[in-house]
Amino acid sequence: MPDTSKHLLFILAPLVVVFAVLPGVYQNHLLLFNFVIFLILAQGVNIIYGFTGYLPFGYVGFFGAGAYGFAIMVMHLQTPAPLAVLVGGVVAVALGLLLTPLLRLSGAYFAIANLAASLAVLHFVANPALENITKGPYGVSLTGTFNPTDAYYAAIAVLALTLGGVVYLKNSAFGLALQAVREDAVSASMAGVNVVKMRVIAWLASALVAGLAGGIYAWYVSVFYPDNVFSSDFSIFAIVFALFGGVATIIGPIVGVLILYGIYNLIGFTTPQYFQLIYGLLIMGLVLFLPAGLVSLATRRGWNVP
Amino acid sequence: MSPETKPILTVSRLVKRFGGFYALDGLSFHVVPGEILGLVGPNGSGKTTAINVISGLYAPDDGEVAFDGAQAGGIASHRLVHRGINRTFQVPKPFLSLTVRENIQVALAYGHAAGHAAATPPSMAELLDEYRLKEVADRPAADLNSAQQKMLDLTRALATRPRLLLLDELAAGLNPAELDWIAGRIKALAATGMAIIVVEHLMGFIEQITDRVIVLNAGKEIFEGTLATAVREPQVIEVFLGGEHAA
Repeated sequence: MPDTSKHLLFILAPLVVVFAVLPGVYQNHLLLFNFVIFLILAQGVNIIYGFTGYLPFGYVGFFGAGAYGFAIMVMHLQTPAPLAVLVGGVVAVALGLLLTPLLRLSGAYFAIANLAASLAVLHFVANPALENITKGPYGVSLTGTFNPTDAYYAAIAVLALTLGGVVYLKNSAFGLALQAVREDAVSASMAGVNVVKMRVIAWLASALVAGLAGGIYAWYVSVFYPDNVFSSDFSIFAIVFALFGGVATIIGPIVGVLILYGIYNLIGFTTPQYFQLIYGLLIMGLVLFLPAGLVSLATRRGWNVP
Repeated sequence: MSPETKPILTVSRLVKRFGGFYALDGLSFHVVPGEILGLVGPNGSGKTTAINVISGLYAPDDGEVAFDGAQAGGIASHRLVHRGINRTFQVPKPFLSLTVRENIQVALAYGHAAGHAAATPPSMAELLDEYRLKEVADRPAADLNSAQQKMLDLTRALATRPRLLLLDELAAGLNPAELDWIAGRIKALAATGMAIIVVEHLMGFIEQITDRVIVLNAGKEIFEGTLATAVREPQVIEVFLGGEHAA
């Protein structure tokens, strides 16, 4: 069986099926929904960071843009929710296009500029002068489209799409060329790879994923403020989860979300007073001892990790 | 080489400035298919800059690069690769975290423009075998020693089926047995009609493989001909050894 089918059958399919049936047996649906959202965002970070090396510290900018794209369509044009989610994705891609000049930067400079860009989008959206369009800092209420069940399944659909995209990257010449660009852009161009085009495609793909997730998030929660959907927690969590598992793999970010977000909630339920202490130590340990993520425990031994 | 053979690359009055420094100051030369041309000169004379401009890494400030009759100066590297120019780097630049096989795969997959079904690219097995990389094919490029990384750099270039190959100090750091072997390989490539420009400090190696050399100094050519004649030319002796050695 080719690797692509193996990865679709043994990674994507079980994950999607498990999350599709879980609401029937587990009552905390909001928690399940958040898991799915973080699975999507961690894979979005994987696409741009794992495959091209750009660390998107302002990744939440796309998420928030998607949420507000959704909200504006619903508030002003009474668009049906699924269509508004797609518009959320398109808005994020448009923002991504606007930000393509950032790709001229690299390393920490890109991360900082991207963070600044996401803050700029936040303050643009939260500007009281735009109250007629975005409701400014006062937040939006989208009771008309409120339907957590549909939103949850839409999130699973986007998760499947995102995972499918990562499976493609992991198994195609395109994904290999992206990694080549990450390793050495000059050599990649001498291998015939159009470096700028590849980077832009990966950047827009990761923007699309976050925008769709943001639109679905808006659909699910229905009432939110700019500070909620542009919270830097989304960027940081998605990056930490992806790094914890190990980027440029399919299962790394999945493992990262399941373990770290699992622990996060476990501590939050049981011993919230120690939360920051335990979580902080955990992340420090990761950075010190496993900088390439959990999957490096296997790759170090020469095992091939999908 | 027959005199009526048309040059595949013609460089005329090429200028490349870095601030006020003229790395190339009106360089002109040409290469014909199947020829091995040596670029020699003291450090800083513009050899690597010339290769960087021809391979599209730098845009020229003035002058012309014509490849196959068409303008090639200032065009993006990947487009020049698709048109048939490739190179190796003085310090090899493989994709370190990818395996040797994956390194070559990228070039095999992207080295050709769609619709340019000219020559069949060499096969992965051939390349690995001919450049002694078979044993390490599934190891990350970071594990290779420097000679192997140089060979990987060369196979990455060859996978795109170039008609003009620029070798920037490929021989530096190789042992005598490896030098003989790679000299043979380069000559075999030229015999297939590939034009090859070799930048090198090892004069014995240049003598062994080149048909003709261009001696550069301060971004200009000061001599053109065989290496044997070059070493008797007073101006060449002067830039290499200093004025008192020139008779």
